[in-house]
Amino acid sequence: MLSSAQSETVGRILTEFKDRPGPLLEVLHAIQEALGHVPAEAVALVAGELNLSRAEVHGVITFYHHFRSSPPGKHVVQVCRAESCQALGGEALAEHARARLGVDFHQRTPDGKFSLDPVYCLGNCACSPAVMVDGKLHGRVTPERFDALLAEADTEGSP
Amino acid sequence: MTSSQTASPGGAAAATTVFVPGDAGSLSLGAEAVCGAIAAQASSRGLEVRLVRNGSRGAYWLEPLVEVVSAQGRIAYGPVSAADVPGLFDAGWLAGGAHALRVGDVDSVPWFASQQRLTFQRVGRVDPLSVADYVAHGGYQGLRRALAMSPQAVVEAVTRSGLRGRGGAAFPTGIKWKTVLDQQADRKYVTCNADEGDSGTFSDRMLMEGDPFSLIEGMTIAAIATGASRGYIYLRAEYPHAHRILTRAIAGAYEARYLGADVMGSGKRFDLEVRLGAGAYICGEETSMLESLEGRRGEVRVRPPLPAVKGLFGCPTVVNNVITLSTVPAILRHGADFYAGYGTGKSRGTLPIQLAGNIKRGGLVERAFGLTLRELLYEYGGGSASGRPIRAVQIGGPLGAYVPASQFDTLVDYEALAGIGAMLGHGGIVAFDDTVDMVRMARYAMEFCAIESCGKCTPCRIGSTRGVEIVDRILKGEDPQRQVVRLEELCEVMVQGSLCGLGGMAPFPVQSALKHFREDFLARVSR
Repeated sequence: MLSSAQSETVGRILTEFKDRPGPLLEVLHAIQEALGHVPAEAVALVAGELNLSRAEVHGVITFYHHFRSSPPGKHVVQVCRAESCQALGGEALAEHARARLGVDFHQRTPDGKFSLDPVYCLGNCACSPAVMVDGKLHGRVTPERFDALLAEADTEGSP
Repeated sequence: MTSSQTASPGGAAAATTVFVPGDAGSLSLGAEAVCGAIAAQASSRGLEVRLVRNGSRGAYWLEPLVEVVSAQGRIAYGPVSAADVPGLFDAGWLAGGAHALRVGDVDSVPWFASQQRLTFQRVGRVDPLSVADYVAHGGYQGLRRALAMSPQAVVEAVTRSGLRGRGGAAFPTGIKWKTVLDQQADRKYVTCNADEGDSGTFSDRMLMEGDPFSLIEGMTIAAIATGASRGYIYLRAEYPHAHRILTRAIAGAYEARYLGADVMGSGKRFDLEVRLGAGAYICGEETSMLESLEGRRGEVRVRPPLPAVKGLFGCPTVVNNVITLSTVPAILRHGADFYAGYGTGKSRGTLPIQLAGNIKRGGLVERAFGLTLRELLYEYGGGSASGRPIRAVQIGGPLGAYVPASQFDTLVDYEALAGIGAMLGHGGIVAFDDTVDMVRMARYAMEFCAIESCGKCTPCRIGSTRGVEIVDRILKGEDPQRQVVRLEELCEVMVQGSLCGLGGMAPFPVQSALKHFREDFLARVSR
């Protein structure tokens, strides 16, 4: 069940976007921005207001890697897995990230602090390997630097 | 509206202008801390500095590259860390003083001086968020000319310039525009494909973060030329920083009446907004991008009809890449012949090439077509970052072929690369040294296709997964001879049978790995 505050947020977003052309992605972005993810319970609300079937809305949410159906960790860590980063130790860094956080990609640490996501290119290929933490890009990331980034995020608290 | 700030107000002396790059790449290397340190040092020393957050010059091994406007000219220092800043002030860098990090006047450094920057002429030089700075550096002269011409004449100029789609397909831009112009419709659209998903490419990001008005102007010219009144920039969600900059730049263009109901007093309307993608590589394919813009799953459309005939919301639509559109202002400003005067054969003009991966001097090199891979990799790139021999390069993103060192004398243009079974794509070159395992890279190509397949056609959706399985068998040494044959057959089916370029080209890296690095596959028996 959505809390009343969450329902209100979704309703406000739908009112804002529903009359724009092709609004579904914008609506989903706004919901995820506000709530951290797109709760399953929001699907019916969105479908009803945009005159779509629930299957269509679900289909869009699951098509795009960016949309989450469950809440992320407090901090989202994205490690680039693409070729340029692979050419400079990106796979070893990905292994390190998994071991350090004790979770696999697409998972959240048990304490809820971090989500670990793969990403396929952050457009920082002259400074590989690249990592993004809470939307902030980092280049030439070594395992040591990775650990420092986690520690920084942890001490800073909520993004 | 600008992105500059002045530290230590109240000083008697005129403020010294200091450029500290604010693009995502430089920020990823600590530019924000450098900026903060400069402001703090200036303040504590009673010196007045005006900090401007410019785009990157593209020399990423020197980033953060700070430029000081002194009596000696614009003097660069790099790579600067926050810890270097007190020492730089001690060395009198505001007057261009000597220091171990002093690079000198950027325009006299051979790496920059030998480039031919047309599309990137302002990137790294100007304040990306200042309309006034843009105009002072030749901005909006192209649009001014376009508004004085007939739409047909604008399209004709773009056609004669020889400009081809820089997103990868290399289709002549003017011909695409003419198709849209020739359609009778109440509504037409100009869309910019800013879903730069290819690994090894970052020129769209640099352009949008370093000179967003050139993209805005290019889209406005496209609209004037084709009769469109509304535009969308489809930007990938992985570029939040570019999103912020574009949004602010568009607001600035509206404020200065370069966008809106009366573009430059012409009475013509053009509205522009940014729409965010959501992490799907396939949305870089134009029909998939249109589906996504309409709020649906990014599944590819069957063509025909072409987007130029029936595109966004069923209306005639221009779909061009960031670099293509951002090049248009220079073509209108200087003329078609000026642009066509650069380049070789059917590859006219300049190409912003991105050097990435295991390369010593990675970054952006804009030159006329006609350089060899070797010149790019060794003269600009300085060889590998690891110091080991470069064994292979992948050109044109995850669907691009791997090219072996024996072919490094190939010219980097559309036709020459096609001649060796490779493709230029969006101009990204990713270098690998001799520690690369080409079986792993082949596996990755199939895995990436499996992750990113939209699922609409079988060869791509199923073939890519089967491809991963076959390569895994090779990696385990299970009868590699036979698996290699099977892999080759599978690649053929995917190339011939897929609906779009994802499934149709994902086998290219695999096939090229099999062709040029077969030893890696067959050696698995003995390992």
